[in-house]
Amino acid sequence: MNAVNASGWRPEMGEGSVESGIVTTTGNRGLQLEEALIFEIGSLAHCGVDFDEGDGEVLDGLPLRAAPVDLPGLSEPETVRHYTRLSRQNYAIDLGLFPLGSCTMKHNPRLDEKIARMPGFADVHPLQPVQTVQGALKVIDELAQWLITLTGMHGVAMTPKAGAHGELCGLLCIRAALEARGDPRAVILVPESAHGTNPATAAFAGYRVENIPATADGRVDLAALTARLGPDVAGVMITNPNTCGLFERDMKAIADAVHAAGGFVYCDGANFNAIVGRVRPGDLGVDAMHINLHKTFSTPHGGGGPGSGPVVLSEALAPFAPLPFTARQADGSIHLIEEENAGEDHPNSFGRMSAFHGQMGMFTRALAYILSHGADGLRQVSGDAVLNANYLLRSLEDVLDAPFGAAGPCMHEALFSDAGFAKGFSTLDLAKGLIDEGFHPMTVYFPLVVHGAMLVEPTETESKAGLDQFIAAMRSLAERARAGDPLLKSAPHLAPRRRLDETLAARKPKLVWPKLV
Amino acid sequence: MRYLPLNDADRAAMLETIGATSVDALFGDVPAEARLAGPVPGLPDHASEMAVERHMARLSAQSVAAGSVPFFLGAGAYRHHVPASVDHLIQRGEFLTAYTPYQPEIAQGTLQVLFEFQTQVARLFGTDVANASLYDGSTACWEAITMAGRITRRKKAVFSGGLHPHYVETARTMARFTGDVLDTRLPELVAASDDDAVIAAIDGDTSCVVVQYPDILGRIPDLAKIASAAQAQGALLIAVVTEPVALGLIESPGTLGADIVVGEGQSIGVGLQFGGPYLGLFGCREKFVRQMPGRLCGETVDADGKRGFVLTLSTREQHIRREKATSNICTNSGLCALAFSVHMTLLGGTGLERMARASHNRAVKAARRLAQVPGVAVVNGRWFNEFAVTLPRDARAVVRELAERGVLGGVSLGRLYPGVDALANGLLVATTECTTEDDIEALAQALKGVLA
Repeated sequence: MNAVNASGWRPEMGEGSVESGIVTTTGNRGLQLEEALIFEIGSLAHCGVDFDEGDGEVLDGLPLRAAPVDLPGLSEPETVRHYTRLSRQNYAIDLGLFPLGSCTMKHNPRLDEKIARMPGFADVHPLQPVQTVQGALKVIDELAQWLITLTGMHGVAMTPKAGAHGELCGLLCIRAALEARGDPRAVILVPESAHGTNPATAAFAGYRVENIPATADGRVDLAALTARLGPDVAGVMITNPNTCGLFERDMKAIADAVHAAGGFVYCDGANFNAIVGRVRPGDLGVDAMHINLHKTFSTPHGGGGPGSGPVVLSEALAPFAPLPFTARQADGSIHLIEEENAGEDHPNSFGRMSAFHGQMGMFTRALAYILSHGADGLRQVSGDAVLNANYLLRSLEDVLDAPFGAAGPCMHEALFSDAGFAKGFSTLDLAKGLIDEGFHPMTVYFPLVVHGAMLVEPTETESKAGLDQFIAAMRSLAERARAGDPLLKSAPHLAPRRRLDETLAARKPKLVWPKLV
Repeated sequence: MRYLPLNDADRAAMLETIGATSVDALFGDVPAEARLAGPVPGLPDHASEMAVERHMARLSAQSVAAGSVPFFLGAGAYRHHVPASVDHLIQRGEFLTAYTPYQPEIAQGTLQVLFEFQTQVARLFGTDVANASLYDGSTACWEAITMAGRITRRKKAVFSGGLHPHYVETARTMARFTGDVLDTRLPELVAASDDDAVIAAIDGDTSCVVVQYPDILGRIPDLAKIASAAQAQGALLIAVVTEPVALGLIESPGTLGADIVVGEGQSIGVGLQFGGPYLGLFGCREKFVRQMPGRLCGETVDADGKRGFVLTLSTREQHIRREKATSNICTNSGLCALAFSVHMTLLGGTGLERMARASHNRAVKAARRLAQVPGVAVVNGRWFNEFAVTLPRDARAVVRELAERGVLGGVSLGRLYPGVDALANGLLVATTECTTEDDIEALAQALKGVLA
């Protein structure tokens, strides 16, 4: 039990220490602390904020509440403890490898947090006079220039609030461009392996979605795609590198064929981290691509957001970009183009996608990250991300089926299937086993084109020793899944919770804590 | 490079395992003509932490921070005080550097927060349920309109003129592509909101009525009256709250009959941040829950029978339903939801009421004081913490001149409604508990000077 594994460090463990069988009064287990809901511990009689005054005159005629909102309060020490205890029930990048494929869970530099809180960025109102927000506007403009140059594109729309919002922005640019030339089209083509957001976005933008099959080697079927092109096809949405972790070698040929048929090419840039600093999508014929700043440029994922999804645009689509955006003047000051002046400066914009100017708090973090790396560092980022993924692929393919492993190197993520597992054992079991080993599981059951898919994206911020430990854990779990170890079937055993009953949650949804009547 | 752990010896050993000659060789699937031989041309190389901090600090200094001057801007973004513990707690790495809780066994922290957040939002809004957040108020508003369309199978939305113009524009952009019909109107500089005009516009084709509460000019519409008029025609009332602190003092929209309540949660815990990231709030009646957009967290039990939380009803969502999903949203505003929830826990209902009363009280004082400035007239009959005034000339120029005198005096209606002459002399003035008597006096004096 105590042998040090090939990766190096492992804590000393006494025999039998894993399942001690000790039952505690509180339900806590040492540092593993349970925590009640605020509705069970707080009340209207508690408050953690002091106000200089809380009374004073109230205008006549207001529809006043009969009683305060029924929201429990807590004092500051109770609040700090509540959330600190809850935080310890979470896995996070700060704790270890978080190889969630397609999500690019890389280290979040703390310098970026510090910079985002500088008062000239954090404490400015979006509608302050333009001359009082030049610093904030310069951040947007500087980041925009980096994104344009890194992608070899013509322009960029900075306001989209996340990847899916960026997809919407790109598709609306395409729609506006087609309508402007009097050629509205009804169909968007999406490969089977696409993220779910792609077809959902196309439908949200009013398009009909048709699927394009993949070839046996995991890439878009160029022949099938070309055959489907025609006067009703507005465009295609291609993820490159794709969700199988492979570069779409035919990207330029796809773009040429789509353009020849009068359509546009949308590239889902979720996986830009694999090629940043080495490949410019503009060189491949892309018309629009969103960049998830929370992936490639490492703004924190925050337990589900916020993200930010600027969209780089080709010369054909840039005139239709949404409001507002910035333009650098000859004197170095930044001009803000919004509804007030768009008529002169940007008459073809398709309009506004949200209030204000986009995710400023993410722009500052992303710019700090980009300036820290520079052009040379970003090239190293994609190099190390791809190196780490290939190292995992080659270190695991003898124990896990890698459906596209024989075809050559992968990009930033390695894809495995559940082939070879014992009867009744699934990808989910291996994933839950990883939890007991102290890792966050990979993306599971996506992409849909591979049975029991496991999509592993280590990112460039993992050390070799960290990868070796993960590989050792994965090899052991793969052996247990092939052998049919019943303990794996019921994993996790060591997490704050065992497997949760998702069917019960969906059958009788309990989405809010009931009020005391 | 300080963020990259691999060294050259590691890389060499890993390449040997892989059987590749170089890192560049791993990019062989990229066509040679698209592969750059070196770093992207035209960009600088890496920089030290010190150098980046220096550069960004210089840029930061080129903006006027709201906290450094008398400050009166609102119009959908408010400068409330955020307790220090909020920012500390959201920077716990276990919250900050986690992602969407796809693996609930090791994400109970985030999930319990979301369950608490949903409950807080539902109670604040007076709705049965709420979701785990959307991007911001403006996008939440459009999501509510599309949801009402799915429920009623109608395509026409009637807008109050009091809806934030950016929210209107966001909906207008989307409606252009979805075929929804938007019946919009401009606000007028009069004491009361346009409840009667909105009610008169409702007909049998109306899917929903969209009313901001308090409205863009700070007036407070009669939601109960509009709700019954809408529901009598089979339409839904969507209430939009851009200043949730108001609900510490005035009745919740759901209690007044709104079917869907959406809002901007920025006021509580999030901070101004030049407009984003903000926090989309979304609540509605329980019977509509399967039509809701966005993630939902629900209570359940684990294999040992212990209480736990999971993401649920995901058959509504894009990763399962693809083009048939209720929305395309994936990443939401998780960390802003945490900030909101922490701040709301510190406040509780009692603290929220105090914060609301303090914000309101400053607005009452500010309106009285500004009314004494020659040429200034208060428009509103009633208001919470924001009100409109008319000036003797274009408010856009006045705002710029106030800024030159070191006062950020409000939002001109000309900025929000370019080209609408009837609104050009209107100025929106907002206060919060952060506004001091000295700030109010500074604004009055500066305004007097500018208008003299």
